[in-house]
Amino acid sequence: MHPTDFTLRGAIDALNEGTISSVELTNAHLDGIAKLNPRLNAYITVTAEKALAAAKASDERRRQGTVGALEGIPLAIKDLFCTAGTRTTAGSRILDSFVPPYESTVSQNLLDDGAVFLGKANLDEFAMGSSNTTSASGPVENPWSRANDPDTRLVPGGSSGGSAAAVAARLALGATATDTGGSIRQPAAFCGIAGIKPTYGRCSRFGIVAFASSLDQAGPVARTVEDCAILLKSMAGFDPRDSTSADMPVPDFAKACERGVKGLRIGVPKEYRLDGMAPEIVALWEQGLAWLRDAGAETVEVSLPHAKYALPTYYIVAPAEASSNLARYDGVRFGMRVTEPGSDLRDLYERTRAAGFGAEVRRRIMIGTYVLSAGYYDAYYLKAQKVRALIRRDFEQAYEKVDAILTPATPSAAFGMDEKQDDPVAMYLNDIFTVTANLAGLPGLAVPAGLDGQGLPLGLQVIGRAFDEETVFAVGRTLERAANFTALPGLRAGA
Amino acid sequence: MGKPRQIKDFLKKMSLDTATIRRIASLARIRLDESEVQQAQAEINGILGWIEQLQEVETEGVEPMAGGSPVAQARARLRPDVVTDGGQADAILANAPDRQGEYFGVPKVVE
Repeated sequence: MHPTDFTLRGAIDALNEGTISSVELTNAHLDGIAKLNPRLNAYITVTAEKALAAAKASDERRRQGTVGALEGIPLAIKDLFCTAGTRTTAGSRILDSFVPPYESTVSQNLLDDGAVFLGKANLDEFAMGSSNTTSASGPVENPWSRANDPDTRLVPGGSSGGSAAAVAARLALGATATDTGGSIRQPAAFCGIAGIKPTYGRCSRFGIVAFASSLDQAGPVARTVEDCAILLKSMAGFDPRDSTSADMPVPDFAKACERGVKGLRIGVPKEYRLDGMAPEIVALWEQGLAWLRDAGAETVEVSLPHAKYALPTYYIVAPAEASSNLARYDGVRFGMRVTEPGSDLRDLYERTRAAGFGAEVRRRIMIGTYVLSAGYYDAYYLKAQKVRALIRRDFEQAYEKVDAILTPATPSAAFGMDEKQDDPVAMYLNDIFTVTANLAGLPGLAVPAGLDGQGLPLGLQVIGRAFDEETVFAVGRTLERAANFTALPGLRAGA
Repeated sequence: MGKPRQIKDFLKKMSLDTATIRRIASLARIRLDESEVQQAQAEINGILGWIEQLQEVETEGVEPMAGGSPVAQARARLRPDVVTDGGQADAILANAPDRQGEYFGVPKVVE
């Protein structure tokens, strides 16, 4: 077995049994990155030397008898997490040369548990996108391709496209990601892997480049549900440096994976049966419900009457918060600066931000600026906050009847790199099934569940109650076991 | 404004003109070349037109949701009002595009 084929759980066991060292495991992944990253572009920065030094230190700790929960495990870190001494770009020209002097809480938690960082994963600029085509470091390619059209290069989804592509192509055992409207779950589904956006407040946002602060959450992507559970346990936890971080105990998520679903009630939101939905998506959803019934769950129709307003609500709230958060990129304190001879301070701001931000980021900042501007605040922003409250109330009412909700993860499989690029609204529809969980602050897990007619992965999504990731993991693991998803992408290390 | 009906009619008539696009860019401190104004206008109007469907939702008496998690907010706490950090001028200035001693350099602001 090639070392890059281990699951994260399998690698932990092999390291514990002494059949492989962290240095061997890390080298195998670095070899894979050297071969495949020039094509996939999943990593913006590869920190090979630091990774090997960390792997050596981990093997040494193990010899001394200190073994963290992720001791010696090589991971990719989305380039939205600040890493002390390692360039962090957020996929933007404006942060091209930014080297954070501090470490994000989530990545520090992983380091404290013994993890080894291979490098920084590519993403849509400032996590704004669903195709990973807006990165200043260039697009990421999905390691999967269509069976009958292998030459068309596909997107990995976004914004955590580099994280998902790296994990699917076996260039990391797992990766950190973030999700503001679907940025963990949609790329996970497109790349045939698992990914969870936990409850808002579960992971600290300290040191994560901010996009929309009331929606942003960190979470893991990995090749199995259990691997996600192991990673989330390490990433999560109260942090006094994030005032929205929840001071609640972090359960043993991996243990919860094996709870099963006997007696659980699984909700099926009728509003998610969209007109014109792809028949294979409908069939997969039905199959998922049948699997859960076979495992002892009861499926119940629920209503989320305001779900259809989730995307337009999101496209007010998220740009509004982004326009505020991204005001900090002013060409003065850090990041890029552009001036002309004779530029005054205002001209410095305007030139820096025009040159430093890509088209989608500029567009969202302008939308956000408009919806927050005097005279329009009530009509747009306040209205969106009220609809958001109704969306959340729909879920609260549904959870009086059910324990978790099952939906498709995405409305389609991965699309071509040149498709859907002309119309922003068409691109936004990618998040139609995922965005409600961000607005309501709820946990959502994407699980690979099948293939479409072209041999591309499709995912299902489990949405849970706030701070009940355990039930989400139990449902996800049951689906994973029933789906027995063993298909592999064409581009992968060790192949 | 304030009545849903009025807001709806008001927005229906709304399609941002080029002067408004320039004003938004200016508020956002993003330089917009003349050649970019029309495309920005078309894209932003397209998005705003799509967002407009929110006006059909009845929200009378609904408390707006601010923040990401009422569950976590209910458990939010006040921290002691004390200094917990500081004395890190070098770290703070490490990424400055123009550092002048212990200050950020900017073009002349006051004549």
